[in-house]
Amino acid sequence: MTVATGAVTGNRAAGGAVGTAHTRLEGRAKVTGTARYAGEVPFAELAHGQLVLSTVARGRITAVETDAVLAMPGVLEVLHHGNAPRLNGDYAGMLGKADPLLQVFQHERVPHVGWPVALVVAETPEQAREAADALVVRYATEPHDVAFSEAHPAAYGTDAETGGTAETEKALDASEVVVDARYTTPEEHHHPMEPHAAMARWDGGRLEVVDSNQGSAFVADELAKLFSLDPASVRVRSEHVGGAFGAKATRPHVVLAAMAATVLHRPVRVVLTRRQLFSLVGYRSPTVQRVRLGADADGRLRALDHQAYCASSSFREFIERSADFGRVMYGPDAYRSQNHVVPLDVPTPSFMRAPGEAPGSFALECAIDELAEKCGLDPIALRSRNEPEVGVVSGLPFSSRNLLACFEEGARRFGWSERDPRPGVRREGRWLLGSGTAAARFPSGAAPSTAAVTAEADGTFTVRITAADVGTGARTALALIAADALEVAPERIRIRIADSDFGPAMVAGGSMGTRSWAWAIVEAVRALREKLALGGTVPPQGLTARADTGASISALSKKERHSFGAQFAEVAVDVTTGEVRVRRMLGMFAAGQIVNPLTARSQFLGGMIWGLSMALHEEAVRDGATGGHVGADLAGYHIAAHADIPPLEAGWVDDVDEDDPVGIKGIGEIGIVGAAAALANAVWHATGVRHRDLPIRPDRVLAAGAAERPGPEGA
Amino acid sequence: MREFAYERAADVAGAVALLGSGPGARALGGGTNLVDLMKAGVERPQLLVDVRELPLDRIEEDGDGGLRIGATVTNSELAAHPEVRRRYPALAQAVLAGASGQLRNMATVGGNLLQRTRCGYFTDTTKACNRRSPGSGCPAVAGEHRNGAILGASEHCVAVHPSDMGVALAAFDTVVEYETADGPGTLPLDALYPPVGDAPHRETALPEGALITGLTLPDAPVAAHSRYRKVRERASYAFAIGSLAAALDVRDGVVHDVRLAFGAVASRPWRARRAEEALRGGPAGADAFAAAADAELAAARALPDNGYKLTLMRNLVVAVLGELTEEAGR
Amino acid sequence: MPPSTPSESSAPSPTYSDISLRVNGETYALPVDHRTTLLDALRERLDLTGTKKGCDHGQCGACTVLVDGRRSLACLQFAVAAQGREVTTIEGVADGDRLHPVQQAFLDLDGYQCGYCTPGQICSALGVIEEHAAGWPSAVTADLRPEAGPAPLNADEIRERMSGNLCRCGAYASIVEAVARAAAPDAGGSCAGVCGTEVTA
Repeated sequence: MTVATGAVTGNRAAGGAVGTAHTRLEGRAKVTGTARYAGEVPFAELAHGQLVLSTVARGRITAVETDAVLAMPGVLEVLHHGNAPRLNGDYAGMLGKADPLLQVFQHERVPHVGWPVALVVAETPEQAREAADALVVRYATEPHDVAFSEAHPAAYGTDAETGGTAETEKALDASEVVVDARYTTPEEHHHPMEPHAAMARWDGGRLEVVDSNQGSAFVADELAKLFSLDPASVRVRSEHVGGAFGAKATRPHVVLAAMAATVLHRPVRVVLTRRQLFSLVGYRSPTVQRVRLGADADGRLRALDHQAYCASSSFREFIERSADFGRVMYGPDAYRSQNHVVPLDVPTPSFMRAPGEAPGSFALECAIDELAEKCGLDPIALRSRNEPEVGVVSGLPFSSRNLLACFEEGARRFGWSERDPRPGVRREGRWLLGSGTAAARFPSGAAPSTAAVTAEADGTFTVRITAADVGTGARTALALIAADALEVAPERIRIRIADSDFGPAMVAGGSMGTRSWAWAIVEAVRALREKLALGGTVPPQGLTARADTGASISALSKKERHSFGAQFAEVAVDVTTGEVRVRRMLGMFAAGQIVNPLTARSQFLGGMIWGLSMALHEEAVRDGATGGHVGADLAGYHIAAHADIPPLEAGWVDDVDEDDPVGIKGIGEIGIVGAAAALANAVWHATGVRHRDLPIRPDRVLAAGAAERPGPEGA
Repeated sequence: MREFAYERAADVAGAVALLGSGPGARALGGGTNLVDLMKAGVERPQLLVDVRELPLDRIEEDGDGGLRIGATVTNSELAAHPEVRRRYPALAQAVLAGASGQLRNMATVGGNLLQRTRCGYFTDTTKACNRRSPGSGCPAVAGEHRNGAILGASEHCVAVHPSDMGVALAAFDTVVEYETADGPGTLPLDALYPPVGDAPHRETALPEGALITGLTLPDAPVAAHSRYRKVRERASYAFAIGSLAAALDVRDGVVHDVRLAFGAVASRPWRARRAEEALRGGPAGADAFAAAADAELAAARALPDNGYKLTLMRNLVVAVLGELTEEAGR
Repeated sequence: MPPSTPSESSAPSPTYSDISLRVNGETYALPVDHRTTLLDALRERLDLTGTKKGCDHGQCGACTVLVDGRRSLACLQFAVAAQGREVTTIEGVADGDRLHPVQQAFLDLDGYQCGYCTPGQICSALGVIEEHAAGWPSAVTADLRPEAGPAPLNADEIRERMSGNLCRCGAYASIVEAVARAAAPDAGGSCAGVCGTEVTA
């Protein structure tokens, strides 16, 4: 077949595929149950590994009594620190130096409850579970400390504070209006519906792994380092992933599957239980945040100080960067922020949907609402009065900033102008009603990725990239992007993702996945079209071009690149029972080019639901005496259910960045940012009481009651 | 989970014989609690006696104006039954407020009454719990007890009973019928659950090896004017942090008859008899309702983090009785 | 009920059985360890992995299947106890290549994201539609009296009835739209007034 550039323009969707709604390519597989997730790919001779976790919070293992368990029916092996193969711990991974959690069974130390201490491998899952339950592990315990507080003596500032203390204090002193408030958010967990699962086997000299993860290339790279293998001898696939939200990096289950497969010379699957997710896959640290705002009477910000505290483990620092949220939000005269960490005998927290921005926006956007109240200003007017020209810390211009456009369009759709600003004056039966708003922002970034595009002899095109579709719709979005780049109909694109053999690529994370992958695909298409433009025949095996975006990403000009948004919420509060019910939510976003409106809406709404869930439900409870969780399951850790979700809508405004070669900003995280603040602000508007501690539980609402305010309806 | 034998009982006599064969035998109904606890290692039976095919799946008139409900009637069937909805609406509401559609389709009436607390210490075998492991202590008292009991608890256990259905049944003087190898017996629902005291592991007064065969809901005209209100930390599919079953008969502004039972405040569905006594024959009004609630809650003892339940229950009594009064006046 | 204090002296009883399971109209004969749940039997023994394991404790709804036509959780029943019952899983919902209207609505309206809770949501939706048609009330049904007649299957009813199926991606809005559309195909795709809910004051 002879192909010239003209030929590939046939069947092009009018106006291109990007920007028009498309159902998911894997949708049929998902609604018929044929989409196989990592724990569901069948293998002959599969053995089943069940993890045993520590029940003490600090100490060391003194004995793992394996004899009785090895004698149980079907038990093949018990791996633990006394017999496990040695792992390499001297390497740099994607997130810095090797994670001690992945150095599974390499020593007898126990740094928190839920630390991996043994893996029981058996012929059947039932046998593995019973044997794991029966395994006796003895410990020498040491006193532990799991009590998080900003007053903890071990608390330390993580990096040089941004801005100046003296300057900020001076500006605060000179301010006519000051807000000084303390906000807290609890420990929160990702809990994707699919628990982590991995199957590993050796096949033809290669370690073959099927895993549930956000980036198979990164997992393959890390496994190669851990087991000191040639990177080319490790292959990781993750065709369908049942949710991730930051939890599905390289985690102990995949290391153990590989370890057990190596020891036993047969395929081994390791699936985490729901309870095990509480200590093995990261979580969002609890935070304590103090926000101080100083302003003129007309609401112009003179000072903004945001001090945020989070917990981390005793063995690895992870910073929940809540204090960073304000760095590009407003333009105060004086700005200061710092993140602080309290190391405790707890698991290491990790990235969880909008890390930093989610708790940080709760604190700052509530404080802004409190300032608006004090100034007697509409909270949107206050924000528009404080729009910055440049990033207050970086001094860099914005690539595009359409925050006010989001507020304007959102206010119009929500009916904001009809809102009576007075709190606690609207009653409907037993419910007090109120509405609130908040701003959202999430950085837009890209990371180097590789992609290959093949012109097939039959006139179709095959795209190969180690992207992961964790439910974002990435598979479909990338097909649309490839179709437009090739100027063909999407039906002529075959897209293959989630296979580390396709080469390195960004993970599905940081709202950077689709942007990074699209960039690589567009560059690969450009290279392919150059090859095709030279004319000639597409050989039977096809004609392939590859791209690596490393160079073009580093050539991007330095600017403040962010998505923005405006969140609106209406709530009903029964102060006699403490119940808070959300009546409706609206999110308006400026998030660059929206690739697939159908799936983009789903992602925005999903983020907003996360914000609702964060505001009202989510909270992991730690027991000081044992150092472990109480109620570590989905009955104890509540995420929003159907009945909690009111009518909600998401929309977007034009957000063009002429400077950006892809135009996509990423939408995975911005939906949650500011949503909890909008809801908390709405609860204040309903009741007249500020709730600065999440979640806004019934007992807290009951304790706070409703402010005694005379209202027109006697509220 | 350890291995176990399984038998499907064909008749009540056979089931009772199997259940009496040893302390390791358990009746398997819907399994919604037992199977969960077996996975958690809290229950480790040696024999499961499947009772779902026993002929105990009917809801019938009891001949005295009440209803007899078979033990294997599912929650869903109970809540959907026209006579339950008409004569005991709070019971239908309570059942519908519990769990999820799937669980209600599985769960049985008999099993509902025998379900065990969801206290996070009880369900976690790595932690101490007097109810699960007598003498090991109750860490909830000094630990996490936000959903702990305020009535009838002791320093040995502050767990609450999770049932919604049981709260409505308690309000309506339900009698529990059971069968043992030595013959049948009955217990008022109130007497099914012994006081916590120093033996929280003794959760029921049923004889060893007994099988609940059914319930009798006595005739209670007041029950037709009843309501169940449940407060929880999400809008559905969550256990109560406080709930109320209330029935009220007001005539000319005077309380003629009243039934009140509290949920999620004690180790059992809590019949609020003191509150009822305070109300009966007196005026129907917010002040009287609040005073009645206070009379019941006078015996309450709160821990640092569950004192909100006193406010919640008081407010629920006032609100729900107020609604029932208003409806009676229409 | 006291905690189990097993008598170690009792005679050994079999802890496995040869059973036959009816799934999606087919009969499967298999020996099972009594500990094997219906969920594990489907996934590990019959290779019917469409039914998902989200929590394994009845707290998420991902394992929802239909047993004798009623939605129930496969994780909280033992396979041996499912003998003699008719099990329908997500693999048995479509009519050959033709999707069931519920499946089609989920696909068209993007009633999912990662897809892991989806088979459970769809099986649950099938049950919801049946239960509503049978006149079963829900916790949000205002008037329970049978004389009041069945409440319309509006968005509030769907939300309450579907609440046993958690979705961590937060696809709830589209799921409710999909169930409404599938439940009321005669409404000309208007989703019984659920879709496109105006978000204005």
